[in-house]
Amino acid sequence: MLGFFTISRAERRLIPDTRLAGPMPWVIAIMIFLTILAVAAGLSLRSGAQAINAQLSGRVTIQILAVKPQERAKQLAKVEQALDASALVARRNTLSQEELEALLAPWLGGDVLDDTITIPAMIDVDLKGAASADNIKALEKLVAKASPDARLDPHGRWLQPVFDLLVTLQLLALVLVIMLGAATAAIVVLTVRGALNTHGPTIAVMHLLGSTDIQVARLFQRRVALDAFFGSMLGSGLAALALYLLSRQIGGLDAGLLNSGQLNILDLALLVLVPLSGIILATIVARATVIIALRKSL
Amino acid sequence: MQEIVTFDNVGLRYGTGKEVLSDISFTLYPGSFYFLTGNSGAGKTSLLKLLYLAQRPSRGLIKLFDTDAVTLTRERMPGFRRRIGVVFQDFRLVPHLSAYDNIALPLRVSGMTEKDLDGPVCEMLDWVGLSDRATARPATLSGGEQQRVAIARAVIARPEILVADEPTGNVDPEMAIRLLKLFESMNALGTTVVVATHDVHLLARIPEAHMMRLFRGKLADPTGVLRHPPKPEARAKIDGLPDFPPVKGPRSKAPDAD
Repeated sequence: MLGFFTISRAERRLIPDTRLAGPMPWVIAIMIFLTILAVAAGLSLRSGAQAINAQLSGRVTIQILAVKPQERAKQLAKVEQALDASALVARRNTLSQEELEALLAPWLGGDVLDDTITIPAMIDVDLKGAASADNIKALEKLVAKASPDARLDPHGRWLQPVFDLLVTLQLLALVLVIMLGAATAAIVVLTVRGALNTHGPTIAVMHLLGSTDIQVARLFQRRVALDAFFGSMLGSGLAALALYLLSRQIGGLDAGLLNSGQLNILDLALLVLVPLSGIILATIVARATVIIALRKSL
Repeated sequence: MQEIVTFDNVGLRYGTGKEVLSDISFTLYPGSFYFLTGNSGAGKTSLLKLLYLAQRPSRGLIKLFDTDAVTLTRERMPGFRRRIGVVFQDFRLVPHLSAYDNIALPLRVSGMTEKDLDGPVCEMLDWVGLSDRATARPATLSGGEQQRVAIARAVIARPEILVADEPTGNVDPEMAIRLLKLFESMNALGTTVVVATHDVHLLARIPEAHMMRLFRGKLADPTGVLRHPPKPEARAKIDGLPDFPPVKGPRSKAPDAD
């Protein structure tokens, strides 16, 4: 494996070392910077979606809409009883009058709430399983039997568009990463082809003296690996700085949804793999480009 | 005797043009010396390109080292090329490498270590009289010096066949004799030598040499190789020159896998 990257000092002299003279290291630095940001965004969206999903997707709110308070209280008790007896329910929490008023106050004002306004009774229910269509249907049946005026509001139903958006954004980040990888590969191909043209006479002589395609490819892949290494380190450094500044700003916002998208250790390890993958990709592409190009000659 | 090269009804055309070589048939034997003659444009360089595997023929059969060279796979090609030393008409020295590195190139390609190749390269530099120019790049060498580097590079790996395209074109008569002596020394060590030249004076200097004459892309002698009449006086002119230095190390090595 080491031979993939290492060649002797004498072999190095065969192709003049013009590393860092061309644009490739700088282009790779930009590509790696953008790729790390895209991967970080994708991972962050995934953690955010998982956190929201874990908190809310299995939750259902039951509203008992009976107008008369006594009737509402009676139906509430029956529903509570039915929920406690059900195997579907993991936990239930009936919102107290104070909690309901606190919920509505931002919209209606605290002093408006009195006996003249009917406020439905509300129960938050955490299901044991996922809020699947079957489970919701079973719960609806159970509640309807206890309270004809009850209405179920599965949180997953209004969360679905948010999930869809997060999935779309994750896919977008993935597409972006693939496109950046393809652009990096294209840059390597163009650079190596240019170098092959420049050093064509030397390569032709090496071939006629019995050099193998692999020997020639090694000369180029080493140079590309070094350029990619430099570009990757630069791009990674800039990306780390950008991510650090972003995380500090998000931390300062104290916003629940944004904070739930924090990167964990595994995510950070994945980010470290980005520059490494960049170097490996550039090296393999360089090798393949040289070998394919040489196969066209005798 | 087992033949080392066989051309059977070989033709060569570049692109869709007319054939530059037609119906070429001959056999070369190991340890022999051959001159390939003909006017400019007769096809000497094209024939040599077929011989040192820089070109595939348009038709016909070429056997090299008892192997069909026409259908030789790309993977096996380097191994065969390492058994053939070539002195190119235009030298083809690597411009950014020193004389030392240019001469060392075939040994490095065959995988010889730096420690092992230093001795042979220095000996070769000494033999071609360029020891004091070891670090000079081709651009700073004269035409004759470049020619000597090219020849040293061609012979350093002790090839089984040595192919030289107009090797004395850029050197003075004394150096031409010296170079011929080198080729003859190589030949004496068992190397088959093929020298393309249109210098008729050169032909007389190697009495044992065979001659092939090309005329408008065809061998003038349809049966192949003609015996060149030896001239004893030519022999005397090249006697007395120093012998070709022995090269240590492997003669050739199979292409290394990565």
